[in-house]
Amino acid sequence: MATELGQQGGAAFQAADGTGVGIIVRDKADRELHTQDMTLNVGPQHPATHGVLRVLVTLDGEMIEDAQPVIGYMHRSFEKLAEYRDYRQIIALVNRHDWVSSICNELGVALVVERQMDLEVPERATWIRMLMAEWTRVLNHLMFVGSYPLELGAITPMFYAFREREEIQALMEWITGGRLHLTYCRVGGLKQDLPRGAIQMSRDLVPRMRERLKEYEDLVLGNEIFAARTKGIGVLPADVACSYGVSGALLQAAGVPEDSRKTEPYLFYDQVEFDVPTGRNGDSYDRYATLLARIRESLRIIEQVNERIPPGPVNVKLPKVVRAPQGHAYVRTEAPLGQLSYYMVSHNEKTPWRFKMRTPSFNNVSSLPYLLKGTLLPDMIAVMGSMFFIVGDIDR
Amino acid sequence: MGLVDSVELPQPIKFVFNWGRKYSLWVFNFGLACCAIEFIATSMARHDFIRLGVIPFAHGPRQADLLVVSGTLTDKMAPALQRLYQEMPEPKYVISFGSCSNCGGPYWDSYSVTKGVDQIIPVDVYVPGCPPRPEALLNGIMKLQERIGSESLHQRLANGDRPEPIVVGADA
Repeated sequence: MATELGQQGGAAFQAADGTGVGIIVRDKADRELHTQDMTLNVGPQHPATHGVLRVLVTLDGEMIEDAQPVIGYMHRSFEKLAEYRDYRQIIALVNRHDWVSSICNELGVALVVERQMDLEVPERATWIRMLMAEWTRVLNHLMFVGSYPLELGAITPMFYAFREREEIQALMEWITGGRLHLTYCRVGGLKQDLPRGAIQMSRDLVPRMRERLKEYEDLVLGNEIFAARTKGIGVLPADVACSYGVSGALLQAAGVPEDSRKTEPYLFYDQVEFDVPTGRNGDSYDRYATLLARIRESLRIIEQVNERIPPGPVNVKLPKVVRAPQGHAYVRTEAPLGQLSYYMVSHNEKTPWRFKMRTPSFNNVSSLPYLLKGTLLPDMIAVMGSMFFIVGDIDR
Repeated sequence: MGLVDSVELPQPIKFVFNWGRKYSLWVFNFGLACCAIEFIATSMARHDFIRLGVIPFAHGPRQADLLVVSGTLTDKMAPALQRLYQEMPEPKYVISFGSCSNCGGPYWDSYSVTKGVDQIIPVDVYVPGCPPRPEALLNGIMKLQERIGSESLHQRLANGDRPEPIVVGADA
């Protein structure tokens, strides 16, 4: 696997696929010293895995030979519980699987039930849903924009990110009453109308966020140490990404402009202008840059939505007990972390008969063994941090 | 600890000793789920619990005085929590942050969730909410500090006396 670049003791070598540079240890008679593989357990409670993902890595020296993610430490049986909850309760349940993007999750559920019931949602409700979904996307991305440099040893961006998050959360709280789990969507519309001044608040927030984004670009992307630690690390080529079912910022960083808001528009995403940012190399640096670019695009959407929310009702009148007619429905949405789909089978009862989730983090993390193979152990954190996953979204 | 668990400390020393303990709580965040995000939010500039002497830089359970369990504890994770708790040196305190760690929360009928960390480890403060606001955690920490300030380590360590757990918001 290793091709030698030099002949002296302690010569540098590089892995065949170009990733990772290490040292070959030689003894006095110039023989290569054989090392034994070591299995190292990282997690489940590890500061760098931001959550309870456990990875079993097999090491040859500092080189990772094999890495197996061990999942299930946050398995809370959402799919089974959904079979025992009625449709209103499911909305409260699902915004907890990816806990930093609650609106985007509950939106998917509302859409799938509405599709099954053949409900027409008022225009105002749809626009407000878009507004909230995009702000949630910004919130989610800010979390990773802050936490990734933190994992690489830079503390400041985390403080910056949470300063911004608190401001957006104040807006969310003003609108919905919740900070993290908003439970704002309902089948057929929204919980309540926007309070007075909410759109103005959202309008004021956009330029402020845009200004601050510049700070991140200077502070993190322009940072030499950050670039040295992330450029060329954890390269995920487009074809591999597609074969693993990777989506979201990871796929876009690999150069595939796939985003279901564009390719399969739901809500009114076909009526607003935005671009799908892509990277070139598919490495950790590109993934981070794509994330920042995605925030910019979300702000662009928000700016347009702010001006286009029409007056009118925000929900349709439904009977006390909501029953979806017999059959099945599937909805695909673009959650902040990637493609989030819900598949529902209904037997005309209060609860779904089967409720299947396709969560983005699960597929994204499944590419971890590919990415970690052949990298150095210190780079493992740089790779894992740039996967942008939420453990609850992996384990469901 | 030697002296403090074998004899009751005389008053001025006890006061100074407890005063020092309550304002240097090295916290180990057992961040599991959603509540961990609110825990991080509490540690950031807006809410900033470092001003209360809560230091979130404990390198591991062996250096920590306070364990904050924030999030859903699953049956698969439970042995790890128990082990980390046992690794902590006495005197140690536990805050159960959020409905999931209090009682299972929205997953009360799930097959894979432990319905409350108090089944595994003793809890000093319960903070209810799903997830609780950062202010609720600050309140819980302050209530715990009040208790540490007035407690007798001799009774806690030698006799194993543990007062009734505090529930944040129960008196409101």
